[in-house]
Amino acid sequence: MSTATTTHAEVARREQPPMLVAGPLAWARTNLFNSIGSSLVTLALAYFLLKFAASFIDWAFLKSVWTVPMDPATGKLDPEACRAAKGTGACWAVIWDKYRFILFGRYPFDEQWRGAVVIVLFLGLFVVSAMRRFWRKELALIWIATLAAIGMLQWGGVFGLRYVPQDEWGGLPITLILATFGLAFAFPIAILVALGRRSTQLPAVKLLCVIYVEVIRGVPLISLLFMASVMFPLFMPAGMSPDKLLRAQVAIILFAAVYLAEVIRGGLQALPKGQYEAADALGLSYWRKTFLIILPQALRLVIPPLVNTFIGFFKDTSLVLIIGIFDLLTSGKVAVTDPIWQAFSTEVYIMLGLIYFCFCFSMSRYSRGLEREFSKSVRR
Amino acid sequence: MSSTSIDPRMSGPRRAPRKGITLSWADPRLRAIVWQVVIVGLILGGIWFLAATTAANLAERRIATGFGFLESTARIPIGEFLIPYDPAVNTYGRAFAVGILNTLLVSVIGVILTTLLGTFVGIASLSGNWLLSRLCYAYVEVMRDIPLLLHLLFWYAILLTLPTVREAMVLIPGVFLSNSGLKVPLLVWEPAHSWAALAFAAGCIATYVAGRRATRIQNATGVRPRVWPLAVGALVVLPGLIWLALGAPFTLEMPVKGRFRFDGGGAITPEFMALMIGLVLYHSAFAAEIVRSGIQSVPSGQWEAGGALGLKRGTMLRQIVLPQALRVIIPPMTSTYLGVAKNSSLAVAIGYPDLVSIMNTTLNQTGQAIEGIAMIMAVYLTISLAISLFMNWYNAHIALVER
Repeated sequence: MSTATTTHAEVARREQPPMLVAGPLAWARTNLFNSIGSSLVTLALAYFLLKFAASFIDWAFLKSVWTVPMDPATGKLDPEACRAAKGTGACWAVIWDKYRFILFGRYPFDEQWRGAVVIVLFLGLFVVSAMRRFWRKELALIWIATLAAIGMLQWGGVFGLRYVPQDEWGGLPITLILATFGLAFAFPIAILVALGRRSTQLPAVKLLCVIYVEVIRGVPLISLLFMASVMFPLFMPAGMSPDKLLRAQVAIILFAAVYLAEVIRGGLQALPKGQYEAADALGLSYWRKTFLIILPQALRLVIPPLVNTFIGFFKDTSLVLIIGIFDLLTSGKVAVTDPIWQAFSTEVYIMLGLIYFCFCFSMSRYSRGLEREFSKSVRR
Repeated sequence: MSSTSIDPRMSGPRRAPRKGITLSWADPRLRAIVWQVVIVGLILGGIWFLAATTAANLAERRIATGFGFLESTARIPIGEFLIPYDPAVNTYGRAFAVGILNTLLVSVIGVILTTLLGTFVGIASLSGNWLLSRLCYAYVEVMRDIPLLLHLLFWYAILLTLPTVREAMVLIPGVFLSNSGLKVPLLVWEPAHSWAALAFAAGCIATYVAGRRATRIQNATGVRPRVWPLAVGALVVLPGLIWLALGAPFTLEMPVKGRFRFDGGGAITPEFMALMIGLVLYHSAFAAEIVRSGIQSVPSGQWEAGGALGLKRGTMLRQIVLPQALRVIIPPMTSTYLGVAKNSSLAVAIGYPDLVSIMNTTLNQTGQAIEGIAMIMAVYLTISLAISLFMNWYNAHIALVER
């Protein structure tokens, strides 16, 4: 009798909904407290994370200084409040004071709206290029038109815009120009080099391409930039010396072309041999075969690594700081040489980091999304 | 009737008739030759033009070419050197050697630390612990989406805001952290230490040989002989005994805090520290991604098979998964190592005296731009080639041997 009732009670208990199978508790148990070691790791990480987050919020938001008063006598800002908060709170007043300098460098103050328009144009260009709906031949026209408009806005001298010489350009537009123009010009070169490196008919051209790729890949970008800034003037006939930005741009194009060429070569190699043979069987000439059959497929294969390469260049353009070109990083670095802000470089670097991060992170999310989408179609 | 005579099976392999090159644009071989001559000619012409204008420009500016400047006294003050260097006496050639050694030092330490941190983060991002894997993803995204140069400037700025020498932080007694870097006690080196180190090196070789022999015996008999008693004896006991027998000398040279600087002890400069932190944080994010995707490329059946054999997770990772993942990891890891070596050149931005920084000063002082840049490129090409060769050898060494 009694055994029967206990059995009934046990059964009733077992029929209660299991606490640790579904719901947030169960999730925490499988993902955070799976074993003793895992629980210890979770607790330690949570402790340090909370402590770090608390002190960061304290530093960046609670104890930070957002604006500083202007000294009426000299018309300069008085960073006394920031000095007092040094070590305990961030001084965002430096950003407030310098953000236009950081974004646009030494571009004439009244004309900086042009820089802002240039940034917006660049962003629009990136967004349009990222949409698969626009992956057609017309995209090349959009690029040419936008880049021309950007050049016109930066230089001025037409449509009543004031002419701004190139050594007054600076900030984010320079970074975007170096990266985007670099990509636009490096891309055709890269295609030719990749084709040349795979050529079986032209051994001399193949050799040239291999030497070019291997030499440039073996040296740091800095040495090429030094070459552009120090050696390039020696290469040119007297009286013909392109300005510094153009020279750096040439160095970046030569550098970018090599890495892009290697990515494109990967795409060419991944294409099944049958595609080449089918094009040959149709009697197409080399260039028709390449541009109608091979490249459209090969380039599609390598779009995700191409985007990753582009992220790399976007970051690498910051190296022009070393030869003294006024890109985003340089203008940030110069902004904190101002005597009143000298001690507050961390805040400026954090802001620069955020800007670079936003660009690179969105591109890398995009490349990952594409990769997933492509593999979906392959799987099907 | 004559159908047998045109049966291709009977007439042996047939080839297209060989013809000489015809002088017609329709002949692809002729076209190939013409195109190559044109392209090579254009490039050679371009090089000749550049060389000619350069020579003219050099003559006009009265810059003597050649490597004679390497013999003259450098007068470049260099803060850190692995070989003795005195700017008042030593030549540009010596400064060049100091630069190469500093670049190699940074590259080697950078590669080692990048591998360690990258492997750790890569494996941790696959952990079953949700918090740990999310943190690792966040680490990778933040670190690799910020330019390396910004990393360097940021960490250098942080290190320079540390307290001054007078208020230096004491991490553990004898180790000071201040805005002039990290100061550590230095062991006063005596012959006994050299002998102990020698014994330790011999112990390493003996352990390695014993390990190889144990594997051979295990492969033949299935039983692995014990290696660890020999390893402990050769690596710890013997060097320790030698050190004790020679009088157990152990004196530390402590850094002594002065008013503006420390005296004695070993030092790690803020430039070196910032360069290391920046390089390793940036590149370890890429290394972590490589390790993660390498491990993920191993089919899950391998894990399941290991689990079916009753192996622990750590053993499965070490003995089954990592050896297979390595084949996927090595090629992209090679490019990361090349990246570390090449990106160490960014040291010039924060004033660490690496090769590029020293050569930059040299070519500003002497005006020998072409020679200086050629030397920089030659050194980096050599380093890149050496890393590529070594990693290719290693890759072939661990490649799958198919029966």
